[in-house]
Amino acid sequence: MLSNFGNLLLSLNILLSLTIIYFSCKCLKASGNLISRNIYQISSIQSTLIIICFFTLIAAFIVSDFSLITVYQNSHTLKPIFYKIAGTWGNHEGSLLLWVIILTIFSFLFLVYNKEHPKNFRIFTLIVQNFLIIGFLIFILFNSNPFSILSPIPKEGLGLNPILQDPALAIHPPLLYLGFVGSSIYFSAAIASLITNYSSKSFVYSIKNWVLISWCFQTLGILVGSIWAYYELGWGGFWFWDPVENASLLPWFAMTALFHSLVVFEKRNLFYYWVIILCLLTFILSVTGTFLVRSGILNSVHTFASDPSRGVYILLFLSLMIFGSIFLLFKKYKKANYNINPNSKETFILVNNWFMMFYLITILLGTIYPIFTDALTNNKISVGPPFYNTVILPIVVIFLFCMAIGPRAKWIKNSFENIKFYLLALIVSLSINFLINFLFNSYSALSNLIIISALFLIISSLFDGFKSFRKNKINLAQIISHASFGFLVLFIGLNHIFSIEKDYNIKLGETKNFDNYTIKLENIELENFSNYKAIIGKLIISNTKNEEKKILKPEIRIYENPQTLTYEASIKTSILKDYYLTMSNIDRSEYYNIKFQKKPLMIWIWISVIMIAFGGFLRLFTNAKNN
Amino acid sequence: MKFKLILILFILNFSFLYGSENKIDQNLIHKNLRCLVCQGQSIADSNSDFAQTIKLVVKDLINDGKTEEEIYSFLAEKYGEWIVFKPQLNKHNFMLWFLPYLVLIFGGLIIFFLLKKGKRNA
Amino acid sequence: MQKIIKITILGIFFFIIGVFFISLNKNTDYNTESLIGKKIPKVSLEYFNENKFYREEDFKKNNYTLINFWASWCAPCREEHPLLIELSKEKNLKLLGVNFKDKKEHARTFLQDLGNPYDFLARDNLGKQSVSFGIYGIPESILINKDLLILKKFVGPLSFEDMKSIKVIIN
Repeated sequence: MLSNFGNLLLSLNILLSLTIIYFSCKCLKASGNLISRNIYQISSIQSTLIIICFFTLIAAFIVSDFSLITVYQNSHTLKPIFYKIAGTWGNHEGSLLLWVIILTIFSFLFLVYNKEHPKNFRIFTLIVQNFLIIGFLIFILFNSNPFSILSPIPKEGLGLNPILQDPALAIHPPLLYLGFVGSSIYFSAAIASLITNYSSKSFVYSIKNWVLISWCFQTLGILVGSIWAYYELGWGGFWFWDPVENASLLPWFAMTALFHSLVVFEKRNLFYYWVIILCLLTFILSVTGTFLVRSGILNSVHTFASDPSRGVYILLFLSLMIFGSIFLLFKKYKKANYNINPNSKETFILVNNWFMMFYLITILLGTIYPIFTDALTNNKISVGPPFYNTVILPIVVIFLFCMAIGPRAKWIKNSFENIKFYLLALIVSLSINFLINFLFNSYSALSNLIIISALFLIISSLFDGFKSFRKNKINLAQIISHASFGFLVLFIGLNHIFSIEKDYNIKLGETKNFDNYTIKLENIELENFSNYKAIIGKLIISNTKNEEKKILKPEIRIYENPQTLTYEASIKTSILKDYYLTMSNIDRSEYYNIKFQKKPLMIWIWISVIMIAFGGFLRLFTNAKNN
Repeated sequence: MKFKLILILFILNFSFLYGSENKIDQNLIHKNLRCLVCQGQSIADSNSDFAQTIKLVVKDLINDGKTEEEIYSFLAEKYGEWIVFKPQLNKHNFMLWFLPYLVLIFGGLIIFFLLKKGKRNA
Repeated sequence: MQKIIKITILGIFFFIIGVFFISLNKNTDYNTESLIGKKIPKVSLEYFNENKFYREEDFKKNNYTLINFWASWCAPCREEHPLLIELSKEKNLKLLGVNFKDKKEHARTFLQDLGNPYDFLARDNLGKQSVSFGIYGIPESILINKDLLILKKFVGPLSFEDMKSIKVIIN
């Protein structure tokens, strides 16, 4: 019953999208600057129906309706209700429904909130967006339908992987999709802008807030994914340059470049075509990411179960999008005359975009290069952290220096009255870095440069903020985001330099010593829980310098449905550091393998990212207030 | 005056490097090797039989005085390049390492010409 | 100039989409075929029963040798064992069994229960020797010829087809 209802709603939505396109075309030919009422009405019905459709699927998960294949494959009656609901979007088919909801709702909201813009521009945006919606709905209905039925109806589901039953992971898709699926609206707006030649500054106002919204949520989505990886996956890291992680990062660079360029476009009416290219690029990267992740073409810890037919469809859709964009750009490109003073803020924003494109292309290259070598030379290679770190980190140093100086440059003509201040900031940065080397441990040349440049960025931003606060002309959002980015690099750098990792094979009752610490495996307990059995190890970490003792209890969990073995890290988080311990058994031996890590300043890494997003939200808030 | 101070501080900062050893970091090598029987984990993170065997072999190679690159080459020769997370610099992969910097230079050139043209129009 | 840019961009686009399309249909799983055609590395395998070591020269006398890595704790090894017994009857082929990370008593019991197809028996206690052969899972078998060139690698238990293909090669 739920299945039929769901399918009905999906089909209705396709019809509604077609209707919208039909009425939109009619409206284009009509005179006047008003969009007919029925378009608004159909749009709101469309949003309502897709929301109901989504709730239908959620309902199916809550009541454990195993007649639906998706529910059967991804749920279980014993799962806690929170995770039953989260399971709705934690799988391929359900997450596609989440895609469509965001596409639809953003379409409606854009229509409603942009009444002061030209009619044709808004109509074309609506048309393009609805083509995207139809594309995804067809994909769902004919290839990845969450409402497909299974017969006979199984009594119990296959259960969701226990690693995926985590609060951070539950909100990860919604946050992320608000980010890169949300970028669809300015993709459509960009195409509409090209078609209708809406290239004035006011175009910026129509998409500005949407870019910010998607950027903020993309940032948070990536953060939550990393937090989940840190707490759940047991290796103590939060970024592996895994293809799926990279897929979420690529649109982020495009978005960041975009809203910086929007600032230039708004202020100086420059770089229109570049702005358009970035708008198109962001969503194209989003769909490319989806293609890479769901088609099975890449090998990753995170991939959904793969199926080549999905890949073919998404690839076709992606090709159409790219080809259409390129074609339109070629047709509409007009050479523009402009004047830029090299010594001005717009140059620095160009520099920002230059670096963003560098990061983007490097990460894109690293991600898809193995696909190319495998297809063309039959040789499988791996591209992992060593590649990305080696190529990107040195450039980050230069980037941070530019980021510190850029915001203070003036529009049109800048005069470097601030040299004195920068030299002072450099002196302070060098001094602090020296102190760190002296008081703790020295580190590599590259690490030194990273710490120094991060400190320089922080000091510049904070001083910037202080000065403009005095003048009462403060750009608080920018100060917060830029300083937080500096803090992020600083904390990641310090965390990397001063982390301690030890790997031991240890027996019950044994003690291991290193640096100022001793670790003792004091006890092993077996405990039974509702859906798993656990082997819990009690390890005592003693700091021989200050007699501090910490007890860490890592677990080996044996789940029944499905049969899996997971290793739960024991993590003790505090303001200054995290202690991280995982334990696993060694086959055919009485020894256990423990990995102990001391990770300074972990929590500040998360806080920095939250503050970066906070800056974005603050800007949104002030934008809304000023309107 | 300030420039002198900066220069002194700079030298001070990097003087610490003279002390730093070129010691082989076993843990780093483990992190840069793929566990072939696991899903996307490194040798450092895995405790499969295979990972343990490789850890022993790496230790032996280090004791034999092999450098990090030699260890990667040895294992890549036995298991294929897939086992090493750092793409080896050979004729297949050099594009991977050089293209990003080419892009950087290319972008820089574009900006340079843009600014030159823009300045002319001013 | 503009035309060149347009053609380059379109070219890159078609190239990337093309490669993606090819890869979709391709899906190669990882294997260690890279070793085929190369000589086996220096061998230093400890005899199972004595304190001697096998060297590569020991195998030059054989027309063909099948090196089989096995262990008593490995379930698929039991499945392939009958096929090894069958292969041991081949005149042109000698079998070298390498007992991998195992206890002697368990290994002996295994061979007593299921039969001993091996002409040569060695052990690799810590598994380190297996790495020189590019072994990453048990069971795995390598077929070499008189000149110690690797002809075929079998990852996982030998199947009936694998055994037939071996028979074809050695005869």
